[in-house]
Amino acid sequence: MTKVAMTLNGKKVQADVEDRTLLVHYIREAQGLTGTHVGCDTSQCGACVVHVNGKAVKSCSMLAAQAADAEVVTVEGLAKGGDLHPVQAAFREHHGLQCGFCTPGMIMTAVDMINRYGGNLDEKTIRHELEGNICRCTGYQNIVKAIKSAADQMSAMKTAAE
Amino acid sequence: MYETNYHRAGTLDEAASLFSKSDDPKFLSGGQTLIATMKQRLAAPSDLIDLGHVPEMHGICEDGDAIAIGATTTHSEVAASELVRSKIPGLAKLANGIGDPAVRHMGTIGGSVANNDPAADYPSALVALGATVSTNKRSLPAEDFFTGMFDTALEEDEIIVSVTFPVVEKSAYAKYPNPASRYAMAGVFVAKHKDGSVKVAVTGAGQDGVFRVAAMESALSSNWSADAVADISVSADDMMADIHGSAAYRANLVTVMAKRALEAAG
Repeated sequence: MTKVAMTLNGKKVQADVEDRTLLVHYIREAQGLTGTHVGCDTSQCGACVVHVNGKAVKSCSMLAAQAADAEVVTVEGLAKGGDLHPVQAAFREHHGLQCGFCTPGMIMTAVDMINRYGGNLDEKTIRHELEGNICRCTGYQNIVKAIKSAADQMSAMKTAAE
Repeated sequence: MYETNYHRAGTLDEAASLFSKSDDPKFLSGGQTLIATMKQRLAAPSDLIDLGHVPEMHGICEDGDAIAIGATTTHSEVAASELVRSKIPGLAKLANGIGDPAVRHMGTIGGSVANNDPAADYPSALVALGATVSTNKRSLPAEDFFTGMFDTALEEDEIIVSVTFPVVEKSAYAKYPNPASRYAMAGVFVAKHKDGSVKVAVTGAGQDGVFRVAAMESALSSNWSADAVADISVSADDMMADIHGSAAYRANLVTVMAKRALEAAG
């Protein structure tokens, strides 16, 4: 057992866990945040994507101990008070989900790609960037639409703020 | 996953010492292969020595007429590096096509090279560019480093510290990714070196891992164009065959990917 401490959604947390504990299990079981999902056992589906030190990673492919002392953000950390994050709002607006199981990973991946590309996201880039996230309701069309819309809106907000 | 003990090394010496004190240890870099393999219980190291926090193993710098990339530098860092993009564009492009964005944020060049998966992308770049692999014990040329499928010249306790790539005149990489895993079914790296020599290295297709195509290299040294390799094929006898593609299919892919790489290289 090791004491693993990190900043989770802006809050200092810690827990005693086995060294083999995956980050996703630390988040779900030790910290009780079940928004991050486990959709496969082969690191392919992307339902478990979270941000570690600002970068989207698969929390099923990383030990909690590897993320010790890091800043981790999960889907629960996006909304501010009662206001949805623009990406969450866009997924709702554009019906970017059906069953919703892949959605937390889709949203964390989308926020990461918008952070990196800003308003320069075109459909082709979005689809390439979504290679690590699988939706089995075949909802990609609306997911792509939602991400494009959120990227445009967020870059317009950024321009307005400047 | 079987039980394991996690250790975070702060220096190379500490990593080596932690390794020597453990029963059946493995070095952990980005873990994008190792953790997945441990989850499947196909690997069960008693101890994991995390190299991700050793400062001298990380980063990209210009080193004369070469670029040195620290072993724990991630694929996304290589892909985004202005230095790599301007001096060896084929290498940046290759890094940007490994796995998916989340994998590229964790996976490292040292980890990929040390694992020498026959379908990994990097080995082709190291061989075609004539890279040098530096470890905590020695330096060796890429062609001596890769010794066969999942096999390298590394000793059990040897750690890759960096990989140095000479800046070349032209470089490009084209791969046909497996539609599910994104691993290369055939990936071809072409490099025109400053002395006029050409190297063509293939990953994903060969039974023994990365290999060079001498016939393409000699054709390209007098005529650097996609046409020069259009009629050159590799023998299907040496290709992998599995549910994703037969040996003959992969052999054909090698020629097609070589042509695409040359078109991209310009």
